[in-house]
Amino acid sequence: MSLAERHIPDRLTNPLQRALKSWEALLLVVAVTVFIINSLSSPYFLDAWNLSDATFNFTEKAMIAFAMALLIISGEIDLSVASIIALASTAMGAAVQFGAGTTEIVLIGLLVGLICGAFNGGLVTVLGLPSIVVTIGTMSLFRGISYIVLGDQAYGGYPRSFAFFGQGYVWWVISFEIVLFFVLAAAFWVLLHKTNFGRSVYAIGNNPTAALFSGIRVQRVKFILFMLTGLMAGVAAVCLTSRLGSTRPSIAVGWELEVVTMVVLGGINILGGSGSIPGVVIAAFVMGMVTFGFGLLNVPGIVMSIFIGLLLIGVIALPRLWSMFIARRG
Amino acid sequence: MSVIKNILSTAAVAAMFTAGAAQADDIRIALVVKALGIGFFEAAAEGAQEAAEELGNVEIIYTGPTDTTAEGQIEVINALIAQRVDAIAVSANDTDALVPVLQRAMDRGITVISWDSGVAEEGRELHLNPSSNPLIGNMIVQLAAEHLPDGGDVAVLSATTTSTNQNIWIEEMTAVLPNYPGINVVGTVYGNDLADDSYREAIGLMQSHPDLRAIIAPTSVGIVAAAQAVADAGMIGQVNVTGLGLPSEMAGHIDSGASQSFAIWNPIDLGYAATMLAYNLSTDVAEAEPGASVPMGRMGELVLDETNSGAMADPFVYDASNVHDFADIF
Repeated sequence: MSLAERHIPDRLTNPLQRALKSWEALLLVVAVTVFIINSLSSPYFLDAWNLSDATFNFTEKAMIAFAMALLIISGEIDLSVASIIALASTAMGAAVQFGAGTTEIVLIGLLVGLICGAFNGGLVTVLGLPSIVVTIGTMSLFRGISYIVLGDQAYGGYPRSFAFFGQGYVWWVISFEIVLFFVLAAAFWVLLHKTNFGRSVYAIGNNPTAALFSGIRVQRVKFILFMLTGLMAGVAAVCLTSRLGSTRPSIAVGWELEVVTMVVLGGINILGGSGSIPGVVIAAFVMGMVTFGFGLLNVPGIVMSIFIGLLLIGVIALPRLWSMFIARRG
Repeated sequence: MSVIKNILSTAAVAAMFTAGAAQADDIRIALVVKALGIGFFEAAAEGAQEAAEELGNVEIIYTGPTDTTAEGQIEVINALIAQRVDAIAVSANDTDALVPVLQRAMDRGITVISWDSGVAEEGRELHLNPSSNPLIGNMIVQLAAEHLPDGGDVAVLSATTTSTNQNIWIEEMTAVLPNYPGINVVGTVYGNDLADDSYREAIGLMQSHPDLRAIIAPTSVGIVAAAQAVADAGMIGQVNVTGLGLPSEMAGHIDSGASQSFAIWNPIDLGYAATMLAYNLSTDVAEAEPGASVPMGRMGELVLDETNSGAMADPFVYDASNVHDFADIF
């Protein structure tokens, strides 16, 4: 006696179809379009060295965006990341004045990032304050400390070997920063998509109460995410400081919004609960290429900001419009 | 696609400040400013355009970031390197942070100069200062003397006792005083670069020196406060206020007669001279080395000191004939 085999679907649509309709696919189309437009509109775009130089427009911001993506998926946000860069960079610069070597400088940068992240995380998870308010506060606090320390002065004199992080090349046009970018992208992809920790981040973002009742230590996960974001801001601070070779308190001003833009453009739901790392990777390339392409045409920066804003609204509105269109027809 | 491309290139052309039709053998000079949308720099771009028209085969690319950050300028300069412009003339947001990227530009055969706000020596071929301390010191007393053919008592209203720039200028002024017989400096007071303190000090000067004929204020805050004090005390026509000020703030006091004339750098001349210098270095008309003289068109020649920097000219004099043309600019 045999039962007729019955197909029980374990997902709603087949994977290929889902991939084609996904946000990442749409972003990829945007990325390819931007690439083609850039190639057509400037003879200087398709050049290995130029493209390599252009990657510096987004690598450091994207490193923070990976951690920020996890934080936003969990339903929190950190607007102090650019100020963490300023404070970490100031600490590194101060260490140089006391004769620190490259290893110590890097460790100090990462440590300051980690501490700042823990400070944010503590205020949010221990005191239960809303993260947007906390990090708007620490945004002023961290950069404020840099301004008190430095005023209108700058720290310089970084050791020669320190320059490798922001100016070094691993092989030919492949810079250290772009390698680090891909390594971190892979690490965050594994963390978010292949581990229990990653699943709990999604669970918290979708329903923190349900997550708590299913045994997830919600506050601990959030605290770790804030530390991770601070740490990545520290990594970005090391790269940026090394690239600039000097520290001023105005370093990386306004980056928090660019990082959040990158994350949202990458398809992370600003309200938490969904999104993926590949989306953020593609979004980083889109933003970097748009900035560089416009730069090649000498379009003023303000026009670039307008375009990025329109791109963001467009990419968010398009799927919504599409589903409204389908619903009306159906 | 071609529509998008057209829109993009139209925007680019509109934004580019193009000098007529660009030809392949044009010398392309990029004027990189601290930030776009600042009147002072728009005026400098006008001067650059004037130089381009005079030279004939020059295309000016006027560009800069949206806010005054070194990172923004680096992105802009990366795009300029990619376009293989012939020369970059930059007013830097950071003395040191631009050095690596500008060195890369020079490695790729691009002429790099700084103007207005300088870049550290290793990051540029020469630096153009708007003026020099001796020229400023001489100019402020000359302005007072011009309106006192028979000599008379003058007083100095400075910023603070520790203001480096003002102290140097007053020192330089004292050094050239013997060239102005009849000009009798009766005292120096300090208004702390605050409007109300400066106002009080100016009133005090007029009370304690009844024969006072001129107040020299080598600070943009002091000069406005002193002119206001002279007007309020009903001393217009008897006491002439002069020194260093901004046309937009001083236009009203020129109209009222409280100030006959004052001086400050002329941004148009500055942009013009920067363009001429970049052109002459890029076309090998001149070499940037200590002691060299580099021609800068109608502004004469720039004589380089041991740090390869030089002073453009005397501060530019503003009076009733021209102050309103500049009042809208800065």
